[in-house]
Amino acid sequence: MSSVASRRSVLPGFGLSLGFTLAYLGLIVLIPLSAAFIKTSGMTWAEFVAAVASPRLIASYKLSFGISLLAAIVNAFFGGIVAWVLVRYTFPGRRVVDALVDLPFALPTAVAGIALCALYARNGWVGEWLDPIWAGGIKWLSTHVPWIDWAGWLGSKLAYDRPGIFLALTFIGLPFVVRTLQPVLAELEPELEEAAATLGANRWQTMTRVIFPELLPALITGFALAFARGIGEYGSVVFIAGNQPLHSEITPLLIITKLEQYDYRGATAIAVVMLVTSFLLLLLINLLQKWSRRYYRL
Amino acid sequence: MAGPATSLAAKPARSGAGTPRVIRNPLWVRVVFMTLALGFLACFLVLPLAAVFAEALRKGIGAYFHSFADPDVHSAIRLTLLTAAIAVPANLVFGVAAAWCIAKYDFRGKSLLVTLIDLPFAVSPVISGLIYMLIFGLQGWLGPYLGAGDHPWFGEWFNQQDIKIVFAVPGIVLATIFVTFPFVARELIPLMQTQGNDEEYAALTLGATGWQTFWRVTVPNIKWGLFYGVILCNARAMGEFGAVSVVSGKIRGETTTMPLHIEILYNENNSVAAFAVASLLALLALVTLVLKSFIEWRHAQSRPAV
Amino acid sequence: MKFKIFLTVLLASALGAAASAKTITLLNVSYDPTRELYVDFNAAFAKYWKAKTGDDVTVKQSHAGSGAQARAINDGLQADVATLALAADVDALYNVGKLVPQDWQKRLPNNSAPYTSTIVFLVRKGNPKGIKDWDDIVKPGVTIVTPNPKTSGGARWNYLAAWGYALKKYGSEDKAKEFVGKLFKNVPVLDSGARGSTTTFVQREIGDVALSWENEAFLVLKEYGADKFEVVVPSLSILAEPTVTVVDKFVKKKGTEAVAKAYLDYLYSDEGQEIAARNFYRPRNETVAAKYVKVFPKLTLLTIDADFGGWTKAQKTHFTDGGVFDQIYLK
Repeated sequence: MSSVASRRSVLPGFGLSLGFTLAYLGLIVLIPLSAAFIKTSGMTWAEFVAAVASPRLIASYKLSFGISLLAAIVNAFFGGIVAWVLVRYTFPGRRVVDALVDLPFALPTAVAGIALCALYARNGWVGEWLDPIWAGGIKWLSTHVPWIDWAGWLGSKLAYDRPGIFLALTFIGLPFVVRTLQPVLAELEPELEEAAATLGANRWQTMTRVIFPELLPALITGFALAFARGIGEYGSVVFIAGNQPLHSEITPLLIITKLEQYDYRGATAIAVVMLVTSFLLLLLINLLQKWSRRYYRL
Repeated sequence: MAGPATSLAAKPARSGAGTPRVIRNPLWVRVVFMTLALGFLACFLVLPLAAVFAEALRKGIGAYFHSFADPDVHSAIRLTLLTAAIAVPANLVFGVAAAWCIAKYDFRGKSLLVTLIDLPFAVSPVISGLIYMLIFGLQGWLGPYLGAGDHPWFGEWFNQQDIKIVFAVPGIVLATIFVTFPFVARELIPLMQTQGNDEEYAALTLGATGWQTFWRVTVPNIKWGLFYGVILCNARAMGEFGAVSVVSGKIRGETTTMPLHIEILYNENNSVAAFAVASLLALLALVTLVLKSFIEWRHAQSRPAV
Repeated sequence: MKFKIFLTVLLASALGAAASAKTITLLNVSYDPTRELYVDFNAAFAKYWKAKTGDDVTVKQSHAGSGAQARAINDGLQADVATLALAADVDALYNVGKLVPQDWQKRLPNNSAPYTSTIVFLVRKGNPKGIKDWDDIVKPGVTIVTPNPKTSGGARWNYLAAWGYALKKYGSEDKAKEFVGKLFKNVPVLDSGARGSTTTFVQREIGDVALSWENEAFLVLKEYGADKFEVVVPSLSILAEPTVTVVDKFVKKKGTEAVAKAYLDYLYSDEGQEIAARNFYRPRNETVAAKYVKVFPKLTLLTIDADFGGWTKAQKTHFTDGGVFDQIYLK
């Protein structure tokens, strides 16, 4: 192990555990992932670009990124409130609510997908009355907020359309924000707020100028995690998306579609784009986490 | 991707009740916050969960139980259990080994290793299915040598062995291992890091062997974290859809796991049966949550907040 | 079988040959709407084979979009028989994986299509949009449900039927392209297989009309009641020929060649044809066809060979990357 620079520990088993870890990581993750890169390395740059930048793919990137972003923003907002309520308030059933926040981690995505369909389809419990409201709302927005292009949303349904993707990704992403914020919120020292109050800040000023900046790194981390997960999500989305090319087709679905049309290279090229993206996001998240830790040590 | 966010080690002891007065929000703010938070959770978490059970029981309890009479459902349940029974222990062993070398030692490239371990969280499940297809598919790298291959040198021999990877149980297990890869490791690393090495040193000084130290000192210290990682890993292993659907081949009664069978039933207009199977997985999710809360509670009991 | 799965796992590899010589397992990899047909047919074949040879035969089924299934077989899904929605997908078994001989289609009667079907319209009760023919469904405001032609065989038949109609009526390829373009503009949901599409239309109540296999449409009427849906037969449609083949490479390896062949031959037998007809597939056998003549509406049918120059050509023109289908979608 030439990478061992400083083995300060006298504990035995370093070679064994590191060797096993690297071997297992290599066999299960790295070698299979490298297959994707090697497969695309046979393509010329022009071929690669053609494969990953077709109009249908561009539309799917816009959709996957756009809706993941939207869902992550909504989760950052509501997740923030949920975390605040769970940490700061006492109310009967708080433990149950707290446990429930992890449901999207534990519930299989396919189950979430069909459950959301059953709820939000036009003949579903919620869709029945919410769908007309949604359609009306978008119509109203399109006439009153003309500077945003509503064409992609006009006449859309809740389920089997773009809003369905948003619903699924919001469901999937919620725990990330809550669970990254919770510990930071709990560690927040009341003295800080008390000091602010003593110095004459009103509650609103304390919230926005003292608490919010403290929470920001964790909030961004949670947001980034929810966003990264949203981009790759497949199971829950395919059931509810409608899967219409150029309109409601997510990028992971296009990988499957390409694969099913014998276009292995095309499928792999898209996979490589997504892999690089997720790796970059992961690096960003790790950096953010380091930043937030340092931030709090000060 | 649960790891970074739900780590047991990062879980603080909560102090909700004793908030001093001056920094409490006014009543109306609290009411608004509570309404928003609980309303949001009700819409996004409780309703879908309720929908699963309501749809499953829509035609009565008889129809619900009748859904489980189908032998294909039995085989899907068996396959799901089997997959989890292999994937979870495999990742458990890996998780302990990885946490041991990462938490107990310092070495160059450690943070890169941690990032690589996290990678499967960030990779779309579809991609994890695809890469195994690239390797083990008949048009892939190793596929031609396996099973139905007719490689000039090894073809004959491998033909007789008939090793099936994709479209068979091994492929499903591999894909599942991939997507559940980081759960145990992610759980143990921070926990073991905060615990430090002192107890292990003490044991070694007192003459214990390495294995004895591991089993008698380390394992008791990390057991709740271990259990915690295992139940999360298990929940994901049983529920994985995207990765498994790519490598399954959807042979009824043979290579369909429960989530895949749900899709099949759903597409067969058999929504009661689809939701009935889904309700089993939803129950599993609820049990997971209960166990998880229990572990957090035990953890808080055994290690009072500093 | 349980034991077999158990072993599979212990050794991390499957033991191919069945434990006892008496039980044979076949895998029939098929397209989406044939589930019910093959459930019936497999039971009948098992009985027939038991009587004939004394062996038990279990036929496993796998269903998804036809193109997707062909891809899976090429990737190593070890099908003994492939019963796909159209010849182009079986051709792919030769083109990509060399799993069947090039002349596979000549090995069985009727172009290796033991039953046929066609494309019809499934509409809601009372036909609220007054849909009678292809021209009615491309009108603005009509929503159509059809699967994705890239992955579904049925959807390719749907597409070609529409194309053929427009070509006949308006006389030029450009017009046909425009027509099909208008049609897909009206499609809000593009499922990957025919069954998903049916679910969308029937259960989720999306769309005014579903372009559907005739057998699938009749099945919907049977399962959901004629009080909810109606079948509209257009003036012109296409003769859809789902094709079947033994997958030579895999049956040779597994030693199931004889029984796989017998399985397909049995599709052509009186009993096989009867089962097909009962499941709303048009039988080839004239006696059986005569018996069920009232079930199947008469209409003008284009054929893939006479009107589109065969599947190889049709596939290339319309459905490969950058083909006509892509062009109309990307416009």
